[in-house]
Parts: sequence; structure tokens; C-alpha cells
Amino acid sequence: MELRMETRDLSIYYGTNAGVKGVSLPIYDHRITALIGPSGCGKTTYLRALNRMHDLNPIVRIEGDVLLDGESIYAPKVDPVVIRRRVGMVFQRPTPFPTMSIFDNVVAGLRLIGVKDRRRLAQAAERALDQAALWEEVKDRLRQPAAGLSGGQQQRISIARALAVEPEVLLMDEPTSALDPISTQAIEDLLVRLKEQVTVVIVTHNMQQAARVSDYTAFFLNGEMIEFGPTEKIFTNPADERTEAYITGRFG
Amino acid sequence: MRIYGRLGDRLFSAFLLALGLAVLFIAGLLAWELWLGGRQAFATFGFFPFARGTAWDAVKGNFGAWPFIVGTVITSAAALALSFLPSLAAAIVIAEYTPRWLGEIVAYLVDLLAALPSVVYGLWGIFVLVPLVRDHLEMPLFLWAGEHAPGLLGALGAPIGTGMLAAVLVLSLMIIPYSSALARDAIRLVPREQREAMYALGATRWEVVRRVVLPYARGGIFAGMVLALARAIGETMAVTMLIGNSAKLPYSVFGPAATMSSVIANEFTEADGGLHLSSLVAVGFLLLLLSLLVNLAAEFMLRRMAVGEGRK
Repeated sequence: MELRMETRDLSIYYGTNAGVKGVSLPIYDHRITALIGPSGCGKTTYLRALNRMHDLNPIVRIEGDVLLDGESIYAPKVDPVVIRRRVGMVFQRPTPFPTMSIFDNVVAGLRLIGVKDRRRLAQAAERALDQAALWEEVKDRLRQPAAGLSGGQQQRISIARALAVEPEVLLMDEPTSALDPISTQAIEDLLVRLKEQVTVVIVTHNMQQAARVSDYTAFFLNGEMIEFGPTEKIFTNPADERTEAYITGRFG
Repeated sequence: MRIYGRLGDRLFSAFLLALGLAVLFIAGLLAWELWLGGRQAFATFGFFPFARGTAWDAVKGNFGAWPFIVGTVITSAAALALSFLPSLAAAIVIAEYTPRWLGEIVAYLVDLLAALPSVVYGLWGIFVLVPLVRDHLEMPLFLWAGEHAPGLLGALGAPIGTGMLAAVLVLSLMIIPYSSALARDAIRLVPREQREAMYALGATRWEVVRRVVLPYARGGIFAGMVLALARAIGETMAVTMLIGNSAKLPYSVFGPAATMSSVIANEFTEADGGLHLSSLVAVGFLLLLLSLLVNLAAEFMLRRMAVGEGRK
């Protein structure tokens, strides 16, 4: 099993409050790693450290290290912009750019890296939309505004947009929490197929979802990573009693 | 069924309705009074001949508003064009590029520009800007044109300092806070998720501003421009002090001109005959129409530009 990313003793502080405390975690290549835990346990905070999104908030301080292919992404000479191209992100709420068409939304990341060739953009858009299981639904209205789509479609647009730049790792922060069951199903199916191309880290509130889609699961509680292991083991035979309490629904 | 406080609710809404209607009534009354006052001019020359007339001669009793309409449109449009980039840049810097505390200070200073009385702008213009413009901009340009492009001299006009250029420069400075404040608010209202989504694609800060923030905030930015334009159209004191007040159709960049509001301010106290006075009030009526037109057009454009959730 190959490592794609790894965190070593990662702590994240909001001012003086530690949101994440000393988390060491492997993220395996072409696998789906789920982060579960009750609200406020630090799983989203942890996720956002993996592509340096915390850089946007000056009060956040990071200790420890995050490695991508064995190299620190927080090393002084590393450009966060480059990291974010390699490590994409999908957010909790769909975030289509409302002034752009569906097509322009999907290729927004490619335009950032200077791709202008129309055929290349068109091919990339079709491929990404196809991966996001949206191509058939929108292929006849690519020039229409993305804001006119349903919530589930908008979230798949956000996923297609993240996939279009061909990231190595895709971070997903509760990508289905604002969606109906059918859209959720579509995105879960998509996730399992995506493993071929990318490594996925997904934060979810929904334990069934973690059990259905992920290969590995990490359980977070109060900013600490309590237990990490193959998903099957975490859900059937957890080592820590707090993990067991959480997955059996006794708290959180 | 009697609901507790229902009478109070009804009294309160009646009170609000009365206030709202009073505003409409006053605006209507204003337009009506201007119309009445200008009726003599409109009756003598005809509405459109008066609006399009280029003569303004108090001695011969011949009046036309066209030079002032043109003066108003040119000065306010030029001021808006000049002020657009600086005000947008100020808004972007304040909202995106500076730490909060520094942004607040800069924003306060920009807003302060709006609090200065316009007569102060006029004085500053007369004592500082006019000599500066005359000696360092108009004179060199004039001399250069004299040697290399004599054909331009007519369009430039005499380098005397006071005139359209000075008025436009001061006007553009005066309207910066209006467009800048609205643009700033609109930029701050762009949801964080929108910015983060673009950052997550590997965008730099400038790319986020250009591709996400500005398009999302375009409605507010446009509204700010409209407000600034309305302010420029109506600005009286500073313009009157700087524009040179010539009742002829503006023909040169440096040369004197007049705007609708400046001619009213300038001539109102010395208007002798009833027709002169009526013509000035008629100019005021046309000014009201122009402002109304600008606002209606802006409202129409704003509806088309609005960005919001659930918009199809």
C-alpha cells in the first residue's frame, strides 16, 4: 500500500485554542479515507490543513507537518497555489460561480493554469462532467448559468470543477450533507469510481456513508484522532471504546 | 378575534404609509413647481426647441438649455470615467488586501472625502488645482501642440486653468467615496465559500478577485457608479467655482463651459426678466428629468446584473 499523503503530529490552533491536537495519519494512494466524529471534533479543520486552506485565515497557526509524496507542503519555499492544484477540494455547500456558465464553471481551474485551447477545454469539461455523472444531464445546456441547476447538480458541478484540473488528491468536506438521498447516492457511486484516478479524503457526519464508501476510517474526538484503521475493522471491531460508543450511536 | 396590540399595529402601519406617501407627494410637488416655474420658457420657445437650443442670451431674451445639458453630461461622464478605476482599486485594496484595522482606517479616509463641503473642494480647486493644472498640464500641452500639432489648439482651448478640465478633475475626486463605498460593501458581501472555491482550484489572490469577487459584486459596483454619477450630475458649488461659466456650447478641453446646476447657481440671483428666471427653472426641470432618466436606466441594468442564489 503506497502512501500519498501523511500528517505528522499535526496541531492546528485558532489563536490559542487547539482545534486539532497532534494528529498523525497516513493517507493511502487510490483509497478513500473517511474522517468521522461528532460536530466540533476537528475533522474539517484537519481536512483544510491538507491543502493549506488555513493560510487564508491569519489567526490559524499550524504545528507539525503535512507530507505530500514525502515532501512537506508547509516548507518555506512551497507555494500554496501549487499545492491546491495538486490537492483539490469540494465543500459542504455547492459553490458554483453564479456569474459563469456550466461550462465555464467546470473549466475554471484549467483557465487558471492558462489553458486556452477550445478543444482541450471542451474535452476536459466532458471528461470531468462524465466522471461527476452529470454529462448526460447538462450536455445540451453547457452555456447556461450554473446557478439554474438543482442543489445535487450544483454539487456535482463543484466536483467536476475540482476533477477537471486532475488533482492527485481530492478533499471532500461533507459533500452530501446539503443534498437529497438520490443526489447523495449519485455522489457516493461517483466516489467509488473516482478511486481509479484520485486519492480521496472525505469528512462525513453520516456513518453509513463512511461505511459504504471508504477503505479507511479515522475517528476524531475533541481535536484528537482516536482511532484509525481499515473501515471494516473500525465499524465491526473498534479497538477504542470511545469509537465503539460513537459508531453505535451512544454520543455525537 | 381580537389580537393584543392590534390597534397599535394598524396605527403604526397607517403612520408609515402616510410618511411613505408624503415622500412621493413632495417629490411630485417638486416636479410640479419646477414645471410651473419653467412653463413660461417652455411656452415661449417650445419644450424641445428650448432643450435643444444653443443660444443663451439674457440681453436678447433668447434661451436654450443645450450647452448646459452637454456640459453636464460631459463633465459627469468624464468624472465618472476618471474616478472609476481609482475608486474600484481603493475598494479592492480596503476589502481584500489590507488587514482589517488598516482597511478601516483607509476606508474612513476615503469616506471623509464625502464629508468635505463642496465649497471647500471649490476653494481647493481654485487655489491649488487650477494653478497646478494650468502650469504643469495645460501649458506644456498647449505649447507642445503649438509646435507639433497646431490643428489641436482649437480643441484644447486657452490654458487658463479654470474650465472643464479642472471641474472634471475635482468632480472625479468628489465622487470617489460614493462609488468606492458601495463597491467595498459589495466586495465584502461576496460569500467566503465563493472565494475558497476558487482558491481551492489553485488561484492566486488576484485571480480570486478578478474571476470570482468582482463578477459576484458587479451589481454593487455598478450601483456605486450610478450613485457617483447622480452625485456628479447634481454637484453645483465646486463646479460653478471651477468650470469658468460660459454659456456657449463646450468646444474645448481646457475651455470654460457650464453645467445645468452651475448656470442656475450662477445666474439665479441676477436673473432680471421673467423669461430669464423661467428659463433657469426650466433648466432645473430638465435636470430633474435627466436624473430620473439615469436612475431608471440604472435600475433596469441593476436588475439584469444582480447575482444571487436561486437566480435562474
